[in-house]
Amino acid sequence: MNTDIILKKIAAFITDFGWPRLIIFFFVVLLFIAAPFVGVRVDTSLMNVLVRFGQNGVMVLAMVPMMQAGAGLNFGLPVGIIAGLLGSTLSMEFHLTGGLGFCAAILFTLPCALLFGWLYGMLLNKVKGEEMTIAMYVGFSIVTFMAILWLILPYANPTMVWGYTGQGLRTTITLEGYWTKVLNDFLAIKIGSYFEFPTGTLLFFAATAFIMWLFMRSRTGTALTAVGSNPVFARAGGVSSDRMRLTGVIVSTVYGAIGILVYQQSFGFIQVYQAPIYMAFPAVAAILLGGASVNKASILNVVVGTFLFQSILTMTPSVINNILQTDMSEVIRILISNGMIIYALTRKTKVTK
Amino acid sequence: MKNMKKKADFRGFLANNAVVFIFVVITLAATPISGLSPASILQEIVTRIGRNCFLVFSLLLPIMAGMGINFGMVLGAMAGQIGLVFAVDWNIIGVPGLVFASLIGVPIAAGLGWIGGQVLNRARGREMVTGYILGFFMDGFYQLIVLYLMGSVIPIHSLNITLSRGYGIRNTLTMDSVRQSLDRLLPLRLGPVTLPMANYLIIGALCLFIIWFRKTKLGQDMRALGQDQPVAHAAGIPVDKTRIIAIIISTVLASLGQIIFLQNMGNMATYNAHKQTGFFAAAAILVGGASVSRATIPNVFVGTLLLHLMYIVVPRAGTNLFGSAMIGEYFRDAFSYGVIALALALHAWRKRANIELARSELRGGGQKEEDKEGTTC
Repeated sequence: MNTDIILKKIAAFITDFGWPRLIIFFFVVLLFIAAPFVGVRVDTSLMNVLVRFGQNGVMVLAMVPMMQAGAGLNFGLPVGIIAGLLGSTLSMEFHLTGGLGFCAAILFTLPCALLFGWLYGMLLNKVKGEEMTIAMYVGFSIVTFMAILWLILPYANPTMVWGYTGQGLRTTITLEGYWTKVLNDFLAIKIGSYFEFPTGTLLFFAATAFIMWLFMRSRTGTALTAVGSNPVFARAGGVSSDRMRLTGVIVSTVYGAIGILVYQQSFGFIQVYQAPIYMAFPAVAAILLGGASVNKASILNVVVGTFLFQSILTMTPSVINNILQTDMSEVIRILISNGMIIYALTRKTKVTK
Repeated sequence: MKNMKKKADFRGFLANNAVVFIFVVITLAATPISGLSPASILQEIVTRIGRNCFLVFSLLLPIMAGMGINFGMVLGAMAGQIGLVFAVDWNIIGVPGLVFASLIGVPIAAGLGWIGGQVLNRARGREMVTGYILGFFMDGFYQLIVLYLMGSVIPIHSLNITLSRGYGIRNTLTMDSVRQSLDRLLPLRLGPVTLPMANYLIIGALCLFIIWFRKTKLGQDMRALGQDQPVAHAAGIPVDKTRIIAIIISTVLASLGQIIFLQNMGNMATYNAHKQTGFFAAAAILVGGASVSRATIPNVFVGTLLLHLMYIVVPRAGTNLFGSAMIGEYFRDAFSYGVIALALALHAWRKRANIELARSELRGGGQKEEDKEGTTC
């Protein structure tokens, strides 16, 4: 009798959490177990996972407000990323280095992100029901449009522009000597010769996650969630759905913009031109992997999802390649990340149907 | 009331054709700046229509069935490419090689279309984005098959097309055996321009097929679905099955279209050729004045013509104007993406506006209420 209940509970948990996520979860566990047997150092791998967790976490956080506000998966993350690129390139243009450079990048980014987010949100409010496809194409067009501007804007810092013409940004700009790893090295704890704990990045992620947590629990955040779960009910309660969605999109865009700055400092390079065009997809896949559905996402989903997703990205190249002797990691990455998005899009949520 | 309706009509007309207008204006402005001779532009256009129209046609039926733009047509393109790999491997020369590629590609495309239809049926209301991601997902399988299984599990005879490690297909597949075999089958010289008549005959046959198909029971069912799903369901139309058939036909047409496209190109970027297919086809049909819910045969021709005219002249115009080819190329990409975004947004926005108009008419008054929700039931 008792086992019956437990079994039922387990079954309910599996249907709720979804079997693809469980399979991927066990896959990650297996990877970590298998690692020492094929000559991959677990501590180095774990460090890489943590670094990449901090590197990508803020961009995944950017999914939360939009999903909660019912505006769907934020495929338009590049809108925020472009704002971030403007901020970081401006900061470099003024030759600001170290922590100051990073803070200045955030400062320059914020107004751009607010403006872009506002415009992007206004657009998404006009096209309710089709947000995701349109967001995707808005992202694509802003990235390609900005590619023209990267060519013609009058940047002059010689580390950023092409050497022979002195005009137009390089495709990848090194942050060496500016603010590369400024967060990663902040209070970094070195354990042994193979493991270094990226304290600063993780602290920064924790801070942004905490602010998001506070925001989602504030008056605005609650109203935003209400709009996402039941727009009619929210309107009856006197909440303007358009305004809340707009707020959600703006917060998402700002987080996306700051997210790319964190990514850049950890990665060590600013990538302009076509690089940001597909950056939304890993972030979307990560939050869905963490258990979010199209209209429901929490900070916990972000943490779990980013950790799992980055573990797969870090571990498959080393472990799988050692087992199979071929580089299958790219295929695995494509199948897992896109499979996860399809799974979430095709899943009928209990709330709506 | 009457005044308001008139205003709405005018705005509707503008919204209907805004995309086409913007496109025509920019392209016309860029044409003289490009400095290309009319004859060379005409020749390019004629070739490109023969090459791309078939792919664009594959989008028609899903739009008719109310499923939006089938970005999942990429699946068909992959099937066509697998067919071509075998045709090149078996070294079947000329048009028979293309037929052979189709014979392999079509069943694969039909299977993939069936899978795609099943997936899209589970994602009602967001078919477009799901189809798009489905293309990415299947790209993973495509890579698995072509990069790892071909030559190791699936027998490949020719060493010229496999990677030096012994299995997997090379990044660029040179298709000397079938290169432009269809284009050169029935060339028709008209002054300085050569028409690839065989392509046009095939496209003509496809047009006739679509016109005929619309009149069949199945075609009528699809149109009914596109109008109103619940009503179609109530009328006894098997909704799910009809939607799956629409996607299967679309995927099969895409596989044939990709074979026609690649025989003209002559080389196949094995791992990238299919990635842009959906984007080009979608941009073409939207530029032609189609919307997510309404598309006609003229839309396909007008769209392909305009899009490719733009693709020919804008990079040249960019070079002449700014002294940099890159600016022109980025501009045409940004412009095409922007046009897709604009067309989709205008359609979604108009759909909501129409719903509101219908509601206010139902109430018998013209009062406008703030903050209306769309029909999401």
